[in-house]
Amino acid sequence: MAVATERSLSMVNAVGEAMRQAMEADPSVIVMGEDVAGGAGRGGSKENAMGGSFGATKSLYPLFGGMRVRDTPISEAGFVGAGVGAAAAGLRPVVDAMWADFTGLAFDQIYNQAAKMSYMFGGQVRLPLTIRVAMGSGLSAAAQHSGTLYAIYTHLPGIKVVVPSTPYDAKGLLLESIFDDGPVLFFEHLKLYVAKGPVPEEPYRIPLGVAEVRRPGSDVTIVAIAAMVGRALEAAELLAAEGVSAEVIDPRTLSPLDEAAIIGSVEKTGGLVVVDESPPHCSVASEIGALVAEKAFDALNGPVRRVTAPHAPVPFAPSLEEAYAPSVQAIVDAVGTIC
Amino acid sequence: MDVSPDTLLSLHRTMLTIRLFEQRVAREFRTGEIPGFVHMYVGQEAVAAGVCANLRDDDYVTSTHRGHGHCIAKGCDLDAMMAEIYGREDGLCKGRGGSMHIADFSRGMLGANAIVGGGIALATGAGLAASVRASNQVAVAFFGDGAANQGVLHESLNLAAIWRLPVVYVCENNGFAESTPAAYATSVPDVASRAAGYGIPGVIADGRDVLDVFAAAGDAVGRARAGDGPTLIEVKTYRFMGHFEGDPEKYRDDAEKQELLENDALPALRDKILAGGHASDGELEALRAEIESAIDRAVEFARSSPFPDPAGIERYVYPAEVA
Repeated sequence: MAVATERSLSMVNAVGEAMRQAMEADPSVIVMGEDVAGGAGRGGSKENAMGGSFGATKSLYPLFGGMRVRDTPISEAGFVGAGVGAAAAGLRPVVDAMWADFTGLAFDQIYNQAAKMSYMFGGQVRLPLTIRVAMGSGLSAAAQHSGTLYAIYTHLPGIKVVVPSTPYDAKGLLLESIFDDGPVLFFEHLKLYVAKGPVPEEPYRIPLGVAEVRRPGSDVTIVAIAAMVGRALEAAELLAAEGVSAEVIDPRTLSPLDEAAIIGSVEKTGGLVVVDESPPHCSVASEIGALVAEKAFDALNGPVRRVTAPHAPVPFAPSLEEAYAPSVQAIVDAVGTIC
Repeated sequence: MDVSPDTLLSLHRTMLTIRLFEQRVAREFRTGEIPGFVHMYVGQEAVAAGVCANLRDDDYVTSTHRGHGHCIAKGCDLDAMMAEIYGREDGLCKGRGGSMHIADFSRGMLGANAIVGGGIALATGAGLAASVRASNQVAVAFFGDGAANQGVLHESLNLAAIWRLPVVYVCENNGFAESTPAAYATSVPDVASRAAGYGIPGVIADGRDVLDVFAAAGDAVGRARAGDGPTLIEVKTYRFMGHFEGDPEKYRDDAEKQELLENDALPALRDKILAGGHASDGELEALRAEIESAIDRAVEFARSSPFPDPAGIERYVYPAEVA
């Protein structure tokens, strides 16, 4: 029997490949943002010098040119708004807003324009806009370059929110997002950018709103988001050694949220721990906790546990930042209180 | 300027339609039948009419909270507009938007916008789409003097200038951002002078003369279509009614208003048409009657349309749910 050799890619390259394949498939797909080419207008090899702050768009400029791969000025309201208008006028823009924290500069364009257009215009507009942002703590990037913010966008009707945890999912979910007819916020966790995983070369799509069971289990359900999936899996390994069987669920998208997968799992295990690298107030962890309390209360053997960041911005000093995102031990401890 | 009789008559029809539509909306609003609030375009008709007369059906416009005039000038259906203003299911936006969010994508009307300056970046993006497709379309952003001080205008003008986008930015300076005078809130007497900061043409047009607006917009649209990039046009205009219907208007005095009413662009155009022998008094009266009955029908259409069913309250949140 032939052994298939699976190709391995980092998440940043998986995301780049998704954009390249979307652009090959559809001439209305454009990519724009600060430094996405990395030197447009300078000529020669400098034209594609950077390929985005993290290199995700590096292959695109030589293939598609400056009409479809556009460096923008540092004007988030201007170029995110232009992405919204271009989508309303028939393009499929992929806008790189660089860091989740920077979306604050374009919040009116996202919240009052993109998110509400379909509804307030009675469904007459398709708005195929994807906004990519990097997020997450772990690089001492400090308070304005580390926030997650997906809770803010999950709160908004009209926006879909994607939080991949593997290179495979990042490619399939980004292709699905680009070809979705509504606005999507696509969050890429910095700590996940480099690690490689299997990614098929051909284009494929993963539907939005379908969770993945990363590890089956029977005693407790751990729902973990983005980089927290890895920590939840580590915690599950430690718990297994203690005889506790944890099921780890990766929702993959927060809006829409695969409620059935979470409720079904809790009905099976009788316990819920949510691991979320955001401050706790009005967080996705709170939302998932409320969902289970409302719809699976009778299945619960103990209280819902949220394991989150503190109610604080992301700190700079490594000693503080290390204490910011939920640790493997914090997850194990939370499970211990209900199992 | 020299324009054809057909153009004169067409501009007049558009302006008169807007005037009569707005006066009727204001009257009906006072009966309490129209929900929310409405911002009337009366006095500013020359701007929408003069600009949109230069546009193709597939060109784009973005509008403002004071948007009925832009919709009419871009060719939106009066019945469906009125039904939207009444919050009915047969409205252009199925009653989800109302007066401040009328849109008709089939006419390139990308939406009235209740965020001051909200449409400016959107028009820039529509221009980008036209540029990427090489479709030769043009996008127009209508906004007021209040929006001239929004940061997004700066970002959009810069972006459109560096990318030479086919966008015309039309600032309708009616003198007031709600109650705050433009002369107080804006650092320069003329918004158009700010175009110099982006290396693009800045043009002032006289909103009392629709032909002046028509000519300025014609030049700007021509430049945009030719690939010569954006233009900022400031039209000096005036709104004859309050910021919103019911506004007590304590911030301006009667003498000031009277002087501007005497410079109303609509009777000036009517006089020009009569003096040129392009239409008779009787013909213009017949036109008025025709428009009035169309507006009567629009009000009837709106009143007879049902309110949206609450069961559909979450419908249209995502575009995939288009009926």
